[in-house]
Amino acid sequence: MTHLEDQSAVGVAVVRRPQRVRLLWLIAVVIVLVLLFAASVAIGSRDVTWADIVAGLSGSTDSISEAAVVKRAPRTMLAVLVGAALALSGAVMQGVTRNPLADPGILGVNMGASLAIVIGIAWFGLSSADGYLWVAIIGAGAAAVFVYTVGSLGRGGATPLKLALAGAATSAALASFVTAVYLPRGDISGVVRSWLVGGVGGASWTSIQQMLPFLVVGAAITLLSARGLNSLALGDDLAAGLGERVAVVRASSALGAVLLCGAATAIAGPIAFVGLMIPHACRLLVGVDHRWLLPFSALSGACLVVAADILGRIVARPGEIDVGIITAVVGAPVFIAIVRRQKVRAL
Amino acid sequence: MTASHTLVAEQLTLGYGDRSVIEELDLSVPPGKITTIVGPNACGKSTLLRSMSRLLAPRAGQVVLDGASVHRMPAKQLARTLGLLPQSPIAPEGITVADLVGRGRHPHQGIFTRWTREDDEAVAEALLATDTVALADRAVDELSGGQRQRVWIAMALAQHTDLLLLDEPTTFLDVSHQVEVLDLLTDLNRRRGTTIVMVLHELNLAARYADHLIALSGGRVHSAGDPTSVLTPTMVQSVFGIESQVIVDPTSGKPLMLPIGRHHMRQP
Amino acid sequence: MTVQTSTHSPATSMDDVATAIARGRGRRHRRRRGVIVVLTTLIVLMFAVSLMVGNTFYPLGDVIGVILGQDVDGATFTVGRLRLPRAVLAVIVGLSFGVAGVTFQTMLRNPLASPDIIGISAGASAAAAFAIIVLGLSGTMVSVFAIVAGLVVTVVIYLLSTSSGSAGTRLILIGIGIAAMLEALTQYVLSRAGQWELQEALRWLTGSLNGSTWNQVLPTLAALIVLGALLLSRSRDLDAMRLGEDTASALGVRVDRTRLIVVIAAVGLIAFATAATGPIAFVAFLAGPIAARIVGPHGSMLIPSALVGALLVLVADFVGQNLVGMRYPVGIVTGVLGAPYLVYLIIRTNRAGGSL
Repeated sequence: MTHLEDQSAVGVAVVRRPQRVRLLWLIAVVIVLVLLFAASVAIGSRDVTWADIVAGLSGSTDSISEAAVVKRAPRTMLAVLVGAALALSGAVMQGVTRNPLADPGILGVNMGASLAIVIGIAWFGLSSADGYLWVAIIGAGAAAVFVYTVGSLGRGGATPLKLALAGAATSAALASFVTAVYLPRGDISGVVRSWLVGGVGGASWTSIQQMLPFLVVGAAITLLSARGLNSLALGDDLAAGLGERVAVVRASSALGAVLLCGAATAIAGPIAFVGLMIPHACRLLVGVDHRWLLPFSALSGACLVVAADILGRIVARPGEIDVGIITAVVGAPVFIAIVRRQKVRAL
Repeated sequence: MTASHTLVAEQLTLGYGDRSVIEELDLSVPPGKITTIVGPNACGKSTLLRSMSRLLAPRAGQVVLDGASVHRMPAKQLARTLGLLPQSPIAPEGITVADLVGRGRHPHQGIFTRWTREDDEAVAEALLATDTVALADRAVDELSGGQRQRVWIAMALAQHTDLLLLDEPTTFLDVSHQVEVLDLLTDLNRRRGTTIVMVLHELNLAARYADHLIALSGGRVHSAGDPTSVLTPTMVQSVFGIESQVIVDPTSGKPLMLPIGRHHMRQP
Repeated sequence: MTVQTSTHSPATSMDDVATAIARGRGRRHRRRRGVIVVLTTLIVLMFAVSLMVGNTFYPLGDVIGVILGQDVDGATFTVGRLRLPRAVLAVIVGLSFGVAGVTFQTMLRNPLASPDIIGISAGASAAAAFAIIVLGLSGTMVSVFAIVAGLVVTVVIYLLSTSSGSAGTRLILIGIGIAAMLEALTQYVLSRAGQWELQEALRWLTGSLNGSTWNQVLPTLAALIVLGALLLSRSRDLDAMRLGEDTASALGVRVDRTRLIVVIAAVGLIAFATAATGPIAFVAFLAGPIAARIVGPHGSMLIPSALVGALLVLVADFVGQNLVGMRYPVGIVTGVLGAPYLVYLIIRTNRAGGSL
């Protein structure tokens, strides 16, 4: 072979190797997810066997163990969906804002959804998951727009620090409003308080069914914008120079992200840091190509939340610690590690 | 005129973490003169200056001012003799020129000391010397680069020190401002005898304005002395790794270094 | 470029300039003194009003009587036992939060680096909540827990954020992360506390003056006097640190030592105050910027911020107790009013191209 052919052969091999690696990781994550799903359904205040799991999942509730499985299944399913949605949303937000610190919780989007829901419950008597969903999405969207606008004012546009600060400030602001709204309402304050912690305990098949359309649409939009996000990562100018319609990509992927985290928050309450941690970890394993990163993040996010839920049930038997607390306690150190690793100028 | 001080670095070893940036360096600053320090990036010029003004503690060796180790002197006492203008000084938002220059009086004031006439006069003197009186009530962040640098120098002046260390005072300024600042420093030295030590990025400006030129390389002093004897093609090749031709600058009589790249040729 | 056109002899010129400078400084000092006087007057007024107004109105004479120790019919209990300690605690806590907040903001050269945003208050309140609800402690032990926690959080944040200089940006972000974690922990502890302990819960989440007693006033007052004096003694050095650590050091400030003293004092103040009332949202954050706006960017902000803090707490509590339909704890009011101001501050700073 000539020198050039040699080089191209090497080049192809170099490109293919990562692809193989990524595929392997993807398969690994799927396997882990399945195992975690089984574990989640198996573990609890009453342990069950494999036979029970299989029987329970196929619908029979003859024994108490099988009934336990049936009870835990929606919760696990919710954890999967919420984890996937939040991780996917976080990955997209990081891509859209080119900000390593973007996360629905930090950017105040969760709080926006929360405030909207609390207002809905307190002033408009909302009580169905359906109502929650629409309201949460509107709240999440409004908060996202607000935080982004505030964070991009002034020199340098939306730098990570400015965005994080705008998000923290807005979160704090919205949190105050949330408390101000539910406080005088003795009837709902207990419910709201426990919802605000963020957990998958109150899952039911109906609520999952209702959130599914939002998740599907959101996921579809975001997955389709993967190529656009790849270009966006090079900077607006360069992306436009490569023929990408920057504004369209931004708007559509942001819409997808808002749908995802709005829906997730509506049902499970505000869960922080999932959208932050998972994309970073995934980038280490499968690289920065969003076509791989996004699905991988979704699957990994599902794994994380299910694992967190399992942990919460094991650690605090017979009670449980809600997922939101676990992700916060685990996520904060990860967040800090990420901040430390970044070059200061990049922040 | 200011008193004469001797500032000497003895076997100085400096570093960050486990890296050593300066190793067993010996250096003597001639009193009453302008000394400039040059060298390639990351050769330790800033580190050296920071150590001489006690911002950085040495790993080994010491900096000696008038026979006493700088590191054992009380901070305020040192600040009354030696002033430093660091590389990117920070001006609090909205602070006026007069206020900022006034901060230079800090080493002369204790917890309960009131402002005296002497303080006001020191500030006035500093403003006059740097030609910034007209800017006294303006906010520092509104000024141009050259004006701002003059204001910072005024603050260092108000400190009434006999030695002034400056870390790259001209690096982000355009050429007219660079000359403005360097001329001002020369005035200070000629009129008041202030000993000036500055790190300069630009080799030719350094040679032009220096009485004493020090070239640092690899954490040690490569050569030190009169600019004409220090700035030679051999030194430039050895320290900066580039071929050059050195001629005499017709405007100042000092050496002028002409770098020779791949597209240029040495001239007879 | 300015051209030197002065035709005065050098000596006169310098005298003129020196006089002009002295005059300018005098003006600024007068403004500052004026502001301090006005703020103190407002605080006294607000103090009196909060003692007089409430479910029942007590005229000034009665109130003064109670303060002087007389036994006034009907007023002694309400004013003496309920309103007086509450108002006094409000002032002390407000002063503490105000001065501690501005200290952090000055030291870190960033208005957003306030102890309630970077997790120090969150640490103190998490520890206090833990001590009260899980360990069943009360009184001084709770304060001790809060202080230790506050200091630990400060140390952790500091250690985590200094690796290669430039602590500022990193520190704030790390603080935000830690705050989120601590708030989650506080939520958890509170969720274990039972529905009926809502008051308790709110105290530790947003700050409340309900149930203030003289027991709480004394330690916080002691802390304020001791630590406040310590801070004031460092005020000149702290002011010099606004110029950056290098410049401050060049001006003769012992940067490391000053920082240590100042941080310990500020954290101590926050912890004592938080142990008494919970983390009253945003007071530590807002006092400094508000004081800076009314006094101008000159001179030490310590005293003006302390006064602004006290006024904020007094007014917010009054509003929360009397002016709104139901009784809101002070933390909610400061949160609701402070939050938009926080966002406004960010907008304004960003728009002016300032650095955050």
